[in-house]
Amino acid sequence: MPEVVIPIGPQHPALKEPVNFRVIADGEKIVRLDLDLSYNHRGIEKAAEQRNFIRVLPLLERVCGICSHSHATAFAKGIEELMGLRIPPRAQYIRTIIAELERMHSHLLWLGVAAHEIGFNTLFMWTWRDREEVQDTLEEMSGNRVHYGMNEVGGVRRDLSASQVKAALGRLPSLQERIGKYVDMVNNQRTMLVRFRGIGTLSKEEALEFGTVGPTARASGVDYDTRRDDPYLVYDEVPWDVVTASDGDVFGRTEVRIGEIAESIRIVRHCLENLPEGPIRVNAPKTAPKGEVLSRYEAPRGELVHFIRTNGTDRVERVDIRTPTLANWTSVAHELVGQNLADIPVIVAAIDPCLSCTSRLTVINSRDKKECQVSFEELRRKKKTTWAGGGPA
Amino acid sequence: MISPVLAIIYIFIIPGFFFLFAYALFLEYLDRRIIARMQTRVGPPLIQPVADLIKMLGKEVIDPAGVDRALFDAIPLVALAAVMTAFLYVPVVGNSPFAFQGDLVLVLYLLTIPTIALFLLGWLSRNIFSAVGGIRAVTQLFIYEVPFFLALLTPALMAGTWSVSEIARWQQDNLWFAVLQPIAFVIALVGLQAKLERTPFDIPEAETEIVAGPWTELTGRRLAAMHLAFDIYLVAGSALVAALFLGGPLTPWTITPVWLGWIAGFFIFIGKTLVILLILSAFKAATGRIRIDQLNRIGWKYLAGASIVQLAIVLVMNSVRVNV
Repeated sequence: MPEVVIPIGPQHPALKEPVNFRVIADGEKIVRLDLDLSYNHRGIEKAAEQRNFIRVLPLLERVCGICSHSHATAFAKGIEELMGLRIPPRAQYIRTIIAELERMHSHLLWLGVAAHEIGFNTLFMWTWRDREEVQDTLEEMSGNRVHYGMNEVGGVRRDLSASQVKAALGRLPSLQERIGKYVDMVNNQRTMLVRFRGIGTLSKEEALEFGTVGPTARASGVDYDTRRDDPYLVYDEVPWDVVTASDGDVFGRTEVRIGEIAESIRIVRHCLENLPEGPIRVNAPKTAPKGEVLSRYEAPRGELVHFIRTNGTDRVERVDIRTPTLANWTSVAHELVGQNLADIPVIVAAIDPCLSCTSRLTVINSRDKKECQVSFEELRRKKKTTWAGGGPA
Repeated sequence: MISPVLAIIYIFIIPGFFFLFAYALFLEYLDRRIIARMQTRVGPPLIQPVADLIKMLGKEVIDPAGVDRALFDAIPLVALAAVMTAFLYVPVVGNSPFAFQGDLVLVLYLLTIPTIALFLLGWLSRNIFSAVGGIRAVTQLFIYEVPFFLALLTPALMAGTWSVSEIARWQQDNLWFAVLQPIAFVIALVGLQAKLERTPFDIPEAETEIVAGPWTELTGRRLAAMHLAFDIYLVAGSALVAALFLGGPLTPWTITPVWLGWIAGFFIFIGKTLVILLILSAFKAATGRIRIDQLNRIGWKYLAGASIVQLAIVLVMNSVRVNV
């Protein structure tokens, strides 16, 4: 069969967000592929420069719907470091609880999506049902299911009452039991094994070379977790283990994520049981001194980096967000070559891509198919010429 | 032969087209409902498949650019006609009045037509997803069809007849073929699942890979006809397996009067097809989709091998029976 070009995306049932693969396939085998990521650039980094620290946190929470707490915490942590604030322990514990609940719901969501990609909808429905337990806990604590709005510079905005702690602890045993069931399922369900084992393999050396982060790297045997290796919040006080696997394939990534849910349950339980008394925030100054900070945070998908530069005002001069998906993308393109066409959704889903968070601005001239970067001035000119005429040219 | 009036009633009302439509939609409802309950969902209401069908019939028909319209209109109807015809030769109440020596072969051929129709649809759609899906459908056909045919021919060999109705009648005097030939029964169920393109064999219409495969460009009444064809396919397929392996609608003893026997047979038929549907639905809910190369390995290594073993066993059993 001659080579055919199969377009996957920007709109495709396997994708929840816009991305475009031009897959060149020989029959069912992938020969090579082109990747186009930027369909949804939202200019959040630029918008963050226009707002003061109080208003920038809700904005950064909206970088991602799944790891909203990660972005807010990463930024707050960085700014607090610049301001030299000491955050009260109770606030640190509450941040950790929310962060780990977020990791649990993100990984449960991922497990469901991965199962759906191979048409195993029963597991998809089951994990999403159990995810509701976590979502309910988060809603009880923060009032919201997606954007929790718990962080502020200097601490957290809401305290946990004794009844909330009790309700959350009450939900954990049933979740733990369900996780045990999923471990059993992933290890024994035949169709999952044949679809996940040996697919999208990445060796330890390749994982390091492509700069993968998070569960993707840990599944390839890279024993690295920001929570342990550059501890923040209360991760150095809580007993927990880094989960790694040696397979390096989709199966390994599943193992790591399920293991991490179990670890998250441990962390949440410890934090809830040992929640210290005291205030939940300190008053933060309006402005931050001139400086630069690199704030690292282990988001559910991997290491998230916020680079923050301040200039002595109440705004950031520059914030640069490196999401874990961006770090993992190149490895996907490498893994896909030589694989089966049917494995594209599984391999892409295996890094748990969060595409809109990853978008970087590239302007493509649709007439001559040339990619180029444009300056802000050029963009403004283009906007005037385009929209003055009553519609896109 | 039966009288023309009875023949018309048989073909058009019960257990022919009228009943067939109703039962096919009911089975679709039951299938969706069973799977929904297994997935801790509520599932659709009873009227949902009918509502879906009517709505699809009323929707606009969109022709993909450059497609052969007449052919595109005709293929779903051909598939529908094929499975409906196949159903007439399967015993539903007592024997099928149209039974003849060799109707088993005819039924098997007719039940292959929907897959060929899917391939043609994929090929004609002028859409890369449809084309890949069509090729997968026909590749899959070559994998499961041989073991499926062999599995369904073993009851014929043992009963010494090529008529579905007579095979069912043979089981009236002897044991069910599901007991005598368990391997063939399992292969027949797996093959039926593959023929109906249900998980784990929904490779040609893998949503997350190739959108909807050959179904991608179907709209309006074409989609409705194709859906209906596959619903009826499910009825005809499970009725065939019930007749060949579970004794069909016949009871081991004779019921008098004859009409009471017919009614009893009718309910036995419904009960047996529901059991087969339950097995197929559980199978669908408990598995994910496998890849076409993996199916190839499983099909030719295990299914084909097992069906040949079953065939050998049947030949040995036959010669023993003759000699005793």
